[in-house]
This record gives sequence, structure tokens and C-alpha cells, in this order.
Amino acid sequence: MDDERTIAPARESALSGFFRQEGARAGVIAVVSTVVFFGGAILAVVNSPNWPRVRSQFFNGEDFVEAWPDVLGGFWLNVQLFFWSMLLIPVVAMVVAVMRSLRGPAFAPIRLLSVVYTDVFRGVPLILLILLLGFGVPALQISGLPTSATFWGLAALTLSYSAYTAEIYRSGIDAVPESQRSSARSLGLTQMQALRFAILPQAVRNVVPALMNTVVSLQKDVALISVLGVRDATREAQIITSRTFNYTPFLVATVLFLAVSIPLTRYVDWFTARDRRLRSQAQV
Amino acid sequence: MSDAPTPKLELLDVHKRYGERTVLDGMSLSIDDHEVVCLIGPSGCGKSTLLRCVDLLDPIDAGAIHLDGEAITSPGIDANAVRRRIGIVFQSFNLFPHMTVLDNVTLGARRAQRRDRADAEAQARELLDRFGLGDKVDEYPNRISGGQNQRAAIVRALMTDPEILLLDEVTSALDPELVGEVLGVIRELADRGLTMVLATHEMGFARDVAHRVCFLHEGRVLEAAPPDRLFGDPQHERTRQFLQRVTEAGRL
Ligand SMILES: Nc1ncnc2c1ncn2[C@@H]1O[C@H](COP(=O)(O)OP(=O)(O)OP(=O)(O)O)[C@@H](O)[C@H]1O
Ligand SMILES: [Mg+2]
Repeated sequence: MDDERTIAPARESALSGFFRQEGARAGVIAVVSTVVFFGGAILAVVNSPNWPRVRSQFFNGEDFVEAWPDVLGGFWLNVQLFFWSMLLIPVVAMVVAVMRSLRGPAFAPIRLLSVVYTDVFRGVPLILLILLLGFGVPALQISGLPTSATFWGLAALTLSYSAYTAEIYRSGIDAVPESQRSSARSLGLTQMQALRFAILPQAVRNVVPALMNTVVSLQKDVALISVLGVRDATREAQIITSRTFNYTPFLVATVLFLAVSIPLTRYVDWFTARDRRLRSQAQV
Repeated sequence: MSDAPTPKLELLDVHKRYGERTVLDGMSLSIDDHEVVCLIGPSGCGKSTLLRCVDLLDPIDAGAIHLDGEAITSPGIDANAVRRRIGIVFQSFNLFPHMTVLDNVTLGARRAQRRDRADAEAQARELLDRFGLGDKVDEYPNRISGGQNQRAAIVRALMTDPEILLLDEVTSALDPELVGEVLGVIRELADRGLTMVLATHEMGFARDVAHRVCFLHEGRVLEAAPPDRLFGDPQHERTRQFLQRVTEAGRL
């Protein structure tokens, strides 16, 4: 049993793997057919009678350069929101998931609270929640509560995503065999200690791919905060557009979001594939 | 005080139901200090349930369980403190897959007993060494054999110096050639006078190591006797039938 299992050095990127499935000849065919297919599609679009209008409205170089600084400035706000929600969501979600996993009649109210929380915040459309908190709470003018729309936008994002993330955690917790909990408790660990040291590390490990997909969609949903009039990338683009009636600034925002989300998605795919491979090897 | 010493462990008319199904139906059993008791009986007769109830992993519905004469099933008892006095080892080892053998073995000491890490590790290394796992301390459970897993699980249960050790069919998930090493460990513990309750299908081993063998039937102990008597001259028809079937299956 001591044969060292070497971990296959399959570190090629998803893209090179994509073109390299069946050896060299097939690789050539794949490249040629890809070029023909996409080249043909692009030619068809560029030669269509409406192309000049589309180009000046959406792909206008001058407008692109002009809009770039403002939209980029707004995008910085999106990045900050993304950053803060990435810090808050895992914590809030973990608290909610743990509350729901507590056993015993004494914890019934805590479990109920967690169920209500996830049901409500998963049930409300995120955009509605952002409007409700972002406009609603500051309008109450309760002293001591922050009035910043950005703050409440962040709160809405966190509440909503934490509900989803808590459910992901919970599915991971449920996937850990009951016998693991028994054996942790049999050592004299309290319920909390059993969760913390024995169950949660395995549970989180189970759901890393699902969590990473949530990160990708969060990265896009931070743009929803623009409905509050907060000057993020989308809002900045909208402001310019309403002045110039040219939609290129939206393209600027699109490019910025894609610049983050495509690498992120590729990374998630790579990570998930690697994770699956390592796990199937670990089964002895 | 009467002449008879207080039993180490005592089950008094214990009832346990899962939904409609009554698994323990007035189970009474008394185990002395340093005694090794084997529980035998057909699959589903409640051996695992009994052990889980003793370790307070499942609540009982009626009756009482006493440890050193103290009722551990009454409300208000600190169940975690009781569990630290009782060790249990399961059929499927249940080591924590994300921890090394050493961390598995010391988890209870470090977290439940709040002992110093270095101190716990020193004790763990010594025990692991004694059970032939000295070179596996830093391995993860899925990188060592089933027999090694099970020995590590036994060491983990021993770390809290339990007053009584419960073993639930600890060899039935093992390849035949690995059974011997685990049984050897149990025999050594028996020789050192540890109080043990074993649920087992290994009749040969039960005969060898047990002071008393209990045949469970319909949620109770139908017959309890020293192994020679129980295997050689069973008093009840049910016991005879069970042993007959086991013999036919070649397990005696
Ligand atoms: N958590 C549970 N929920 C419902 N029923 C259960 C549960 N645990 C055990 N049972 C039932 O209780 C009965 C006794 O189970 P138990 O595991 O104690 O038997 P056993 O004697 O250990 O059998 P085996 O030799 O197969 O291990 C079985 O019929 C089983 O289906
Ligand atoms: Mg069993």
C-alpha cells in the first residue's frame, strides 16, 4: 500500500486542452474549423448593411477612450463592493449554516431563525432588496443608522448572497457522514467543537466548486447597485450615454467586468477539474 | 454497603425505539470492573444501538444506565464529561479524513480536555508506537490500510484513559489478513485489565478473550454465560439456532 501515487502533471490550460483532444491531426482540424467558423461569422456581421451604424453607436473608438477614465473610476467602486462582500458573505453564511445544523430541542428557535432567514432572503429578488434597503432605510432617518446608499447596497448584497451561500454550506455539512459527528462527540467534544474541528473542514471542502461559482456571479451582481444612483461603472456609463446618445460607454463597462470575470471563470473551471482529479485519486 | 461491589456499568431496563421499531426492550446488563463482555446476536438485534446508548450518542426512551453507580442518563448530566470517561470504536473507523493520524488521535485531548498540545502528542506518539503505528503518525487516514486505520481509532479512544472501552464490530470492515493485528491489540488491552464491551461476529475471538458472552434477542439479553458454557452448552433454543447458523457459515 505504500506505492506513492504520483499526481498526474496535467497542468495544461483549459484552452490548450480544448484544442488537443485527439492528437496532432485532429488539432489542426480543430484550429482550422475554428478560424473558418468565427472568421465567417465576423465577416458576415461586418459586411451587413447596418454595420456602420452599429459600429459608431457601440464600437466607437473615440467615445471609448473618452468614457474610459470615468467608467474605470466607477468600476473601482464595484471592485470595492466585491471585496467587502467577499469578506462578509462567508462569515454571515457560516453563522447561518451552523445555526441550522445545531441538534437538540433547545436549539429549535435558533434553527427556525436560520430557516426563516434563508427562505426570506433567497425568495426576494436581489434588485428589489437593494432598492428596499438602499432607498428605504435611509428614508426612515433613524439616527445612528448609516444613510449611505452604498452601505445599504452592500448590506443587501451580503444578506442575499449569504442566504444562498449558507445553503451551499449546509449541503456540504449534510454530505459529511453522520458517523463523523458521532465519533467527534464520542471524544467528548461539544457540539460546536465537533462542527468546528471535525465537520466543517470536510463540509467546506465538499462545496468549494459551488462556492467559487457563487463568487463569479457575485462579481457581476455588484453592478446592480447602480439602481441606487451610486456612481459605479454601470451608472457612469449610463450618465455619459444619456448625454451623448452613444452606447460605447456600456461597452467600456462590459470590457471591465469581463476582464475580471473571464479569468475568474477559467480559474474556477481549472480548480474544479483539479479538485475532482485529486479526489478520485484519494479514494484508496 | 452490601458485599457485592458496584458494577462498573449497569443497564437497568433500558428501552430504545426508532420510530415504531423497538430495538432495546427492557435490556438489563451489568458489567464489572476489568470484565470483558462480548455481545453476540443476529444482525439488527441492537448491539450497536446498545453501545451508542451507553456512550450517550443516542438518547434512551426509558430505564437507566449507571456508570460506577451513577446514573448517566438522568437529565442534567454533563454528557461530554461522561463521554470522556468512555471510549468507543466503530466498525468503519471514522477517523477524520482531513487530519493526520497524530491530529486525529490528539483532537479529544487538545480540545475536549484542553490539554497541552506537546503533552498530548507525546502520549499519542507513545501509544501509536506501542500499537505499531510509530511511522504513520503524519499520514492521512486514506493513505494507510484499514487495519492501521482501526488501530489508530483504538488509540484515539484510549487517549482519554477511558474507564471502559466499547468496540462495535471493529474487525468486520477489514480484509481477513488485517483482522489479526486488530484482535491482537484488543487482546493486549484485555490482558491489562481494561473493562471492555465488544459487539462482535468473531465467535472464535469472543471465546478466546471474553469473560462473559451475552446473546441478545428481541431487545434483551436472552442468555449470558462464560464463553465455554455459552458456546458449548447453550441453554436456550434461540441461542442454539443462532450458533448453529454461525457454525454453518464457518465463523466459529
Ligand atoms: N438511527 C436509526 N434510525 C432508525 N432505525 C435505526 C437506527 N439505528 C438503528 N436502527 C435500527 O435498529 C435496529 C438495530 O440496529 P443495530 O445497528 O443496533 O443492530 P446490530 O445488532 O448492531 O446489527 P449489526 O450486527 O448488523 O451491526 C435495526 O433494525 C436498525 O435498522
Ligand atoms: Mg451493528
